[in-house]
Amino acid sequence: MAKIFEIPLYPYKRSADQDVQKPVRHPVVIVGAGPVGLAAAIELAQSDVPVVVLDDNDRVSWGSRAICFAKRPLEILDRLGCGEEFVDKGVQWNLGKVFVDIQKIYEFDLLPESGHKRPAFINLQQYYFEAFLVSRLNQLRDEGKPVDLRGMNKVVRVEPQSSGVDLTVETPEGAYNIGADWLIACDGANSPIRTMMGLDFVGRVFEDNFLIADTIMEAEFPVERRFWFDPPFNRGQSVLLHSQPDNVWRIDFQLGWDIDKKEEAKEENVVRRLKTMLGEDAKFELEWVSVYTFQCRRMEKFRHGHVLFAGDSAHQVSPFGARGANSGLQDTDNLIWKLKLVLAGKADENLLDSYDHERVYAAEENILNSTRSTDFITPKSDISRIFRDAVLALAKDHEFARPLVNTGRLSVPATYDASSLNGPDVADLPRRTRPGSAASDTPLGDGWLMDQLGGRFQLLTINTDAPPSLNVDGIEVRRLTLTSDDDPTGALSTRYLGDHDCAVYLMRPDQHVAARWIRFDEGSVRDAVRTATGK
Amino acid sequence: MRSELRQASEETDMAELNLAANIDDPDGFYSELLAAHEGLSKDDSDALNARLILILANQIGDRDLLRQAIATAGKS
Repeated sequence: MAKIFEIPLYPYKRSADQDVQKPVRHPVVIVGAGPVGLAAAIELAQSDVPVVVLDDNDRVSWGSRAICFAKRPLEILDRLGCGEEFVDKGVQWNLGKVFVDIQKIYEFDLLPESGHKRPAFINLQQYYFEAFLVSRLNQLRDEGKPVDLRGMNKVVRVEPQSSGVDLTVETPEGAYNIGADWLIACDGANSPIRTMMGLDFVGRVFEDNFLIADTIMEAEFPVERRFWFDPPFNRGQSVLLHSQPDNVWRIDFQLGWDIDKKEEAKEENVVRRLKTMLGEDAKFELEWVSVYTFQCRRMEKFRHGHVLFAGDSAHQVSPFGARGANSGLQDTDNLIWKLKLVLAGKADENLLDSYDHERVYAAEENILNSTRSTDFITPKSDISRIFRDAVLALAKDHEFARPLVNTGRLSVPATYDASSLNGPDVADLPRRTRPGSAASDTPLGDGWLMDQLGGRFQLLTINTDAPPSLNVDGIEVRRLTLTSDDDPTGALSTRYLGDHDCAVYLMRPDQHVAARWIRFDEGSVRDAVRTATGK
Repeated sequence: MRSELRQASEETDMAELNLAANIDDPDGFYSELLAAHEGLSKDDSDALNARLILILANQIGDRDLLRQAIATAGKS
């Protein structure tokens, strides 16, 4: 049976754009049908914004690639109308364990509190992730939403103009030109758009190689993230083990710098490594093998006029921490509501500069965390190896050294503390829900707070009054009326009130907090909506 | 703004690294430190030093003190 990534899911079809003299102009063109480009297209199509997605092939990604998806992206997928599918298929996990040799030295729980609809993490092969998004996109198209995913459409020329972008697209039937008011480049770490525009992409290369062996087997391992330093089956190096759906296991061997990549990727050598780990008699099949090295880097700016970069095209991190695809989805989450307001004429295009500021800040945070993890896993000097080994030696017997062990600090959403979109705060309300933070989920009757939030500006009132809606320069702000009694578990009060009896939160369309007060004040709320839309 | 204020108030409360003599029986301590390294290879000595630094750092705990200690060591 053919694997899902071997089937053309969006085969080439001739578009009417190819048969006209004058290039057709589209409001939004997205380049790249990976997780980030597809998510962006779904959010636009759901809001009836016409969108064309151009992809240089016609199928989902080859091999499992990104496999760990965090709670925040799952909440975003819920808003895109497909979170349930991901969670149903994915393998849920909260627990990470770290071993030195064969001794467990450290364990972490990524979601130590209850009261969230979504788990800390699911593991799911990237090809499923993309296939689910493609089917959601097709569903929207069948409902008459204005979305057009074009396979085998490769952008070969990009010409930024003052109010848009001109493109030349190559297809199996020849090239054609189109125009776009806005271009979103989601074309991956090697972004051809970035290259054609001659833009920078600077950062650090890490001198190490890793081997991914995605292995199909019936295994007894529990569903958790396991990381070994110096195990008997990879002496002097590390190994990471992760569970995926369909009995696929991600096994990631650290190889070191001075190796022969081609030799290591040969099937017989991979099988020999796996047998050392799993036993001579272990029965397994290889699904995907890849030898990789990595870099931590980002573009200086994610917005270049009418071209916006999102996901790996804008920033790249090491895989430890699952901060790649997860942060890419948060890029589009941040970008699309702003772009929609600009397209609707309800915000000035300088609102898009806040996309650049907020997501560059997030990328910096991800790069910092990823770099620190990588410095621990791959010490870059003799002395850093000496300290790393000292930490591991002490961690076996002494609790104090265990938090210093860094095998990846896993993806959490960035809080945009310094954002120009943030309005007033009340300092003694809970810190976790301060302006700039992603909303914390809580139970709400039979459902969840997150399911009530997003897609528009909202005024969340808890135990206090406000008008049912407010129109601020054409932007409708709708009230979500709550009381502490709506959540008998008390999480709503703990996460949004603290020691106060009531509170009012202005929520952005991306479920981040824009501003908060103890009581409703119309003038202040209106000002905060204007601030949150770049006015 | 608020965070600047908080930082300023933290600065006034900041612990000061003690650089006055504070070790009882300094000669005894010094010879115990050297004795711990006796007969060790350079690699084993380096490893011991690293473990020792981490143990002492944990005992201090306070990030301001640790930062001052690192800076002082770097200047000497």
